[in-house]
Amino acid sequence: MRKIIDNVIEAVIFMCGILSIVFVVLIFGFLFKEGFSFFKDFGIIKFITGQFWYPTSDTASFGILPLIIGSVLVTVGACIIAVPIGIMSALYISEIVPKGVRDVLKSLVELMAAIPSIVIGFVGMVTLVPFVRTLFDIPTGLTAFSGSIMLAFMAMPTIVTISEDAIRSVPWQYKEGALALGATEWQTMRRIVLKAAMPGIIAAIMLGIGRVIGETMAVMMITGNSARIPHSIFEPVRTMTAVIASEMGETVSGGIHYRALFAIALVLFIVTFIVNFIADLFLGKNKNK
Amino acid sequence: MKILKLITVLLIFVFFCACMKSQGGDRHDISIQIRGSDTIVNLIQEWVEKFVEQNPSFNISVTGGGSGTGFASLINGTCDITMSSRKIEEKERMLAESKNIEPVEFKIGLDGLAVLVNKNNSVNKLTLEQLRDIFMAKITNWKEVGGEDKKIVILSRESNSGTHMFFKEHILGIDDKNNKNEFSTQSLMMSSSQAVCNEVCQNPNALGYVGMGFVDERVKSVSVAVNAESEYVYPMPENVMNGTYPISRPLYIYTNGEPQDVVKMFIDYALSDAGQKIVLETDFIPIRKQSVK
Repeated sequence: MRKIIDNVIEAVIFMCGILSIVFVVLIFGFLFKEGFSFFKDFGIIKFITGQFWYPTSDTASFGILPLIIGSVLVTVGACIIAVPIGIMSALYISEIVPKGVRDVLKSLVELMAAIPSIVIGFVGMVTLVPFVRTLFDIPTGLTAFSGSIMLAFMAMPTIVTISEDAIRSVPWQYKEGALALGATEWQTMRRIVLKAAMPGIIAAIMLGIGRVIGETMAVMMITGNSARIPHSIFEPVRTMTAVIASEMGETVSGGIHYRALFAIALVLFIVTFIVNFIADLFLGKNKNK
Repeated sequence: MKILKLITVLLIFVFFCACMKSQGGDRHDISIQIRGSDTIVNLIQEWVEKFVEQNPSFNISVTGGGSGTGFASLINGTCDITMSSRKIEEKERMLAESKNIEPVEFKIGLDGLAVLVNKNNSVNKLTLEQLRDIFMAKITNWKEVGGEDKKIVILSRESNSGTHMFFKEHILGIDDKNNKNEFSTQSLMMSSSQAVCNEVCQNPNALGYVGMGFVDERVKSVSVAVNAESEYVYPMPENVMNGTYPISRPLYIYTNGEPQDVVKMFIDYALSDAGQKIVLETDFIPIRKQSVK
């Protein structure tokens, strides 16, 4: 009897463990099937390098170059803002701040991760967007820049918590050694602690990027949604996620527009997969040390 | 043995759930789904509220998403009534027929599209040609149409919106029946009429279009003329009804096959005098003029 229960439980746990892999494979398979049939009809080169996204016109054109550039621009902008601030605040939390304050600060940062993206988008739309327009005296505040700022808020909790863990796992002997050799606190932090924690920090950044690039609701509300190759960060852009979210409802399943959206999803999936893969690579490196 | 107990408890729980479900099923009211145009979602919502007041046993849910979304779900069989601010396209009709769905059309009212600008904008009137050139980015500065030296920010709707399609056909395509003209890629695609109003309200350079029902006191609508010689007409219900306002359109609902039971009752109500009065109250224009008084 005990043996049987043991086996059953083992089987159940095995099933649960393998379930997530099965799901990923199924999702990928589904995306690939729909996306690939689109590539056959429309051509992958024309899809990725096309500059015009007019999916519902009589002669529909599905060019996602402006969308790719939009996604990249917003993501890069968000990283430029979130990475320095995130790492600094991780350093502050793990190295400088007194213990009592640390716990409060840390839980507050973690709380930030729990804010739903639509709330961030809404707050950004009514406060940040008019502010950006008047501050830079540009035609509209719905720009890639505004999107980057709001997305930086969303990436920061991920970056802070994971890099803080990495910094804290640096052996204290390293620090004491450096201080004993006469290095100042800042020199120790910069040259020893940060360097030793670097793989973990890079992994944190990658996971942050993964969150930003897949973000939909907030960017849809703030970036202006204009499918055009932008000349600067102060122009409206449209991201791949926003296109899928706003157009999926109208498509008839099986139509070319429907499959085009799946093709975008496929591109997005591949990008986030690569980003996560790099993150894993660095996280693994960190553990081996 | 503990496991066995646990399984027994679970089984009893599942059994109870199943019972409750089936009980609920017996009592469950008839429910219909309405989807489609964001433009008329407020109107339909009003109808539904009044209709359900009279017939409390019915359960009607209304969701927006755009006319395209409505037709897609009619074709996919996920809604009973599609509300639409445009006629069904030939392509959609064919797709529907291939899935054994027969869209039946009802005209429920009229709508005028208002062109909105910020309150601080000095521009008060535009011709259809100017509008076309602005939305195709041939005119990019307000001074070209009599305003300040500021760049025009074009606000459009998502391509799943019936308002988008109507504007594209009737403004961008005024001189071109094949309608190859597209919105400029510079135009910002807003996800709802409310979003267009919000942006126009806080941005002095913005220009957008929404159904007349969405215009509120925070924004200004401009008068529109067919061409420079003709009279500029302000978007008001009277002007749409007498046909002088150039950007107006009929509103429809579609059902799958001839409507039956609840759906038929609902449509009869919508087209009744009481229903048409609500059309006027929600800032649209009734189809039957005699019922207005």
